Amino acid sequence: MIIEGMAIVNEGCTACGACVDLCPVEAISLDLDEIPTDETDEYCDVWVWLETRDNRLEGVGLELLGIGRELADIKQEKLVGILLGSKLEGLAEKAISHGADRVWCITDPALEHYENGAYTAALTELINQEKPAIVLLGATPDGRDLAPRVAARLQTGLTADCTGLAIELETGNLLQTRPAFGGNIMATIITPHHRPQMATVRPQIMKARPADAARTGEILDYPFESGAWALTRILSQEDTQKQVNLEQADIIVAGGRGADGPEGLQLLQELATTLGGTLAVSRAPVEEGWIAPDYQVGQTGKTVAPRLYIACGISGTIQHLVGIQGADIVVAINRDPKAPIFQAADYGLVGDLFEIVPLLITKIRKIQKQRHQ
Amino acid sequence: MRWIVCIKQVPDTTEIRIDSRTNNLVREGIASIMNPYDCHALEAALQLRDQHGGQVTVVTMGPSQAEECLRDALAMGADEAVLLSDPAFRGADTLATSYTLAAAIRRLAPVQLIFCGKQAIDGDTAQVGPELAEWLGLPHIAGVEYLVVKANNITARREAESEYYLVEANLPALVTISRTMNEPRLPSVWGRLRANRTPITVWTGEDLDIDPNRIGLAGSPTRVKRIFYPQHQRQTQIRQGNAEQLSNWLVKTLAEERLL
Repeated sequence: MIIEGMAIVNEGCTACGACVDLCPVEAISLDLDEIPTDETDEYCDVWVWLETRDNRLEGVGLELLGIGRELADIKQEKLVGILLGSKLEGLAEKAISHGADRVWCITDPALEHYENGAYTAALTELINQEKPAIVLLGATPDGRDLAPRVAARLQTGLTADCTGLAIELETGNLLQTRPAFGGNIMATIITPHHRPQMATVRPQIMKARPADAARTGEILDYPFESGAWALTRILSQEDTQKQVNLEQADIIVAGGRGADGPEGLQLLQELATTLGGTLAVSRAPVEEGWIAPDYQVGQTGKTVAPRLYIACGISGTIQHLVGIQGADIVVAINRDPKAPIFQAADYGLVGDLFEIVPLLITKIRKIQKQRHQ
Repeated sequence: MRWIVCIKQVPDTTEIRIDSRTNNLVREGIASIMNPYDCHALEAALQLRDQHGGQVTVVTMGPSQAEECLRDALAMGADEAVLLSDPAFRGADTLATSYTLAAAIRRLAPVQLIFCGKQAIDGDTAQVGPELAEWLGLPHIAGVEYLVVKANNITARREAESEYYLVEANLPALVTISRTMNEPRLPSVWGRLRANRTPITVWTGEDLDIDPNRIGLAGSPTRVKRIFYPQHQRQTQIRQGNAEQLSNWLVKTLAEERLL
């Protein structure tokens, strides 16, 4: 590990290789017993699991087709969408318009709702049959449930919550970048000798391509023998009473540890309401029990993409910043001029949020009032 | 009848700061704690044991100091603790970790229900639980926030994207526990005393029926290629001044950006 710029190899070593890069005289080397396999060559194409809900495509699948298209073009391979469900009419065509070259459909009554046993069996069988090089899934609750089950059955590597995906040109390996160490640093992970290379990506991280109705592609049905694949039985389903919908919010005012308690968050809520926006928080207020986890933005919370994100009293850990990468404009208000949030903001205000925010509310209301007159 | 809880010792990542001068992680004095999600998993197991009887066995894989989190679990009320510790286990990714845990749990059979925290705060992958269930060939239910065990089956509520599912599975099974499920108990003084007297079982690779090619770094399909601090894309304009000046500037800027 690296402490204060110094390499330390001790019992906690995870062979991450950071010390090798750091050493100026190449005194440290990492001697790994790699098991060379040439089998990786027979795997090709980039796959995307197209998650559905009530027979509609979830947005994250289209976003993955966006990045998947780039990866497939670099590798000069096909981009393939995978649809599992009971009624899939029209969905494959939509996936093709968003970039897929081919869509595999497995239609079976057992796949009507997400059930990890049946979904694992269907996806694993198709992967074993077709041998894709890369399989991408949305890091949604169901995607994060399915991906590890499939990866373990295939005995291959899986990287969760990637914020960046690229192809290493020399090797063709998928470079999977994600926040690590509690979201305090970024790590690029590879799966050098196992195929497929599997990764999940959170919603709102990648951008979907606009639909192009002129695109053509192949739609194939896979004859899946439905059997006793289910591991669990779904007894009932009820919609969550969602208090907040941060993913769709246009304007977000967020508070961190500097909000200092529920009263501070109340003040930020007032600013949010004034702007016609929504309140959100970083990890600290949730940990402190000031507010429900639904409001959390960041790697363990929601990924957001508003037009305006105002971060108040948030220091700006990487795990928080990855959640706001998609914001158009980021404003930071913080007393500490050295807070990392300022490096990730478009506009930074060094000052006390308890002094600045009440003034903002008054001034914005005044402008709004003038407009109405 | 055994209730197994898999736990992990993690650095208290909420305490980690970045040195703004060197841009390095400040790790000195960062305490190691039991992964907070695992405290909720342990609490769920303790409650079931108190209702149905049996014993709660906590298992962790890690270096020798991971014993500390096993002592914490014993102090909360676990009956026995197993530490999987071997230099050969080092560098394990989630697949190799779940393989090793599976080998240990087979040795602890028969098992009623296996509990994991939904994810760990250092890696946040949420992968070890479902992968462990797959190695053991057991059903799993992830992100559980309510559960009932009756006779030979479990009914659990899991939160999905925009709905809850009430899911049933036969036992033995594996659940990963959400932090909203319960409030973990605090260790009592008596619990601490008992924990210090309870011997901890230590198993190395030799104690388990395992394939040496599937453990540690050798058994890990994934490799860390590099670690780095991200470069930010934004051109920041920073202002200092009094609240009046700063708020005027921001309101003017937001108006220019047509955000008001």
